[in-house]
Amino acid sequence: MAQQFEPLIIGFTCNWCSYRAADSAGSMRLKYPPNIRLIRLMCSGRIDTTFVLQAFANGADAVLISGCHPGDCHYVEQNYKAQSRFLLMRRMIAQMGIEPQRLQLLWASAAEGTIFAAEVTKMIEEIRKLGPLNWKGGQLSAVSHQRSAIAEVAV
Amino acid sequence: MVSVGSHKNINLMAYSEVTKVEGYVGNFTVTVRKKARYVKEADCTGCGICQEKCPKKVIDQAYEAGVGYRKAIYTPFPQAVPKYPVIDRDNCTFFQKGTCKACEKFCASNAIDFKQQDEYVTFQVGNIILATGYDLFDARRISQYGYGRLANVFTNLEFERLSSAGGPTGGKIVLRDGVTVPQSVGIVHCVGSRDKHYNNYCSVICCMQSLKFAHLVKEKTGATVYNFYMDMRTAFKDYDEFYQRVLDEGTLFVRGRVAEVTDAARQSGEEGKLIVQVEDTLIGKQRRIPVDMVILSAGLEPRHDSKQVGHLFGISCASAGWFIERHPKLDPVATMTEGIFIAGCAQGPKDIPASVAQGAAAAARVVGKVQQKEIAVEPIRASIDKERCSACRICNNQCPFTAINFIEAKNGARAYSEVNPALCQGCGTCVAACPSGAIAGTVFSSKQITAQLNGLMLLNIGEAVPA
Repeated sequence: MAQQFEPLIIGFTCNWCSYRAADSAGSMRLKYPPNIRLIRLMCSGRIDTTFVLQAFANGADAVLISGCHPGDCHYVEQNYKAQSRFLLMRRMIAQMGIEPQRLQLLWASAAEGTIFAAEVTKMIEEIRKLGPLNWKGGQLSAVSHQRSAIAEVAV
Repeated sequence: MVSVGSHKNINLMAYSEVTKVEGYVGNFTVTVRKKARYVKEADCTGCGICQEKCPKKVIDQAYEAGVGYRKAIYTPFPQAVPKYPVIDRDNCTFFQKGTCKACEKFCASNAIDFKQQDEYVTFQVGNIILATGYDLFDARRISQYGYGRLANVFTNLEFERLSSAGGPTGGKIVLRDGVTVPQSVGIVHCVGSRDKHYNNYCSVICCMQSLKFAHLVKEKTGATVYNFYMDMRTAFKDYDEFYQRVLDEGTLFVRGRVAEVTDAARQSGEEGKLIVQVEDTLIGKQRRIPVDMVILSAGLEPRHDSKQVGHLFGISCASAGWFIERHPKLDPVATMTEGIFIAGCAQGPKDIPASVAQGAAAAARVVGKVQQKEIAVEPIRASIDKERCSACRICNNQCPFTAINFIEAKNGARAYSEVNPALCQGCGTCVAACPSGAIAGTVFSSKQITAQLNGLMLLNIGEAVPA
């Protein structure tokens, strides 16, 4: 049986909406594949372009930025700043030869555990189809170890 | 309510609307629009002569649920607090035609003021409790139940007014013609609740309310009463005992969702009646039950403007529109915004004892905060390294709380930006935006996040764990 490609996705979530959405997905016993690993920030506005580039450089196949719905930001309007950085970074990674859909933005409120789980699952499938992110000169040795770890969990 | 209205520490503002909320816990600035009621509160004695003399009768859609009348100058109900009436501008003869002023003529204390304007009041509060209640499900939306089309289909609120001694019929349960006493009554549960076409949730109060209706109908008219229910939900103290009592009184229970309420007679005995078409799931048969009166137990819905209200106070709503509590089990009173509490049906459907308990809990939480005199805040704050700051001022515009001050160059010292820790909420946007890396965010520093990133990709295995 051919081994299925298991992507590694880093998700940045905000403390108030999207992290709570993931939390509520958990308390609702919803399931989504373990390919995504979340990092909690206080606000999606904390997204530093370097975090995203670091994630790609270190072997993540995709990055998800997730925050509160427009107008619902706990810090008034910082998710708009996350959005403008997201748009900027999408163009930037495209110029670097990375498919823009490897960087995604998801608005999820604290009550939207179902939506969060469904969207994350969709994203993982999309990235699975896209295949691994291949850097020229490949810096992937550390990550191949990681992939097999995920594959074990997924089985 | 009377003791609330006369308490020296409570400022009751009826007929008012919050238009703006600024600040944070302990220091909210609230702007309230006091709508013009065209009655001077300072002069009105609440004698009620204006309501008596007002020649204009209006159907009361609010308190009387459309089955009774009020005047164009009115208080919502006789025991209302505060007791000052309000003039309904859209129905007042003076405002519409320019003549009348009967209320002004008869008012002994000259309290009527047709020129009154809306007034904006601003004040400081430390904590806010939202208890904005619910909207009743509009039974017209389920057209097959015939509400609004078939005269003798009533909603639960209409029936409440019919059965109330202070209501338009003086407590007599009669059909829409106002005289005929029904011989048989059908009560439909779960109207707009537990229904994927309308609302998925259970509205909690309808089972007990329908049982109460059945009991009242039996007691007052002796009519045959049918309850059409999906499941009886009589949780909580003494509720199931009441259900048993209503069963013993001879009320009939049919388990099944009503398909239709119609006046189209098909068999003898159905003429001139409302026919309830229902599958009795306990005997597995379709039944047509002719009755004189149908009462729809319409469910509870979030307030139509709950999203806007939530936005105004900086809290969020679940998808249905109920306000989200801080924790569904451990903290159902507080919200994610410090200093804002919720109580009653604004948080979710609940009955009177639960609403009272939650209201008391919210009040106690606020009293606790007031007694503490100081509050603990999260230590998550940004700070700027003065030496590394290039004074580019990029961060100045990023902050929504105006927590970053720019210090001009002076006496040979370089210009720099500085974070006011009292205003900083710790979102970290400025940390990410600083091109010089001069801003550090406690708890969420770039170093910490990078370490997490590496940890998630198993890159730092074997590295020393930071102390």
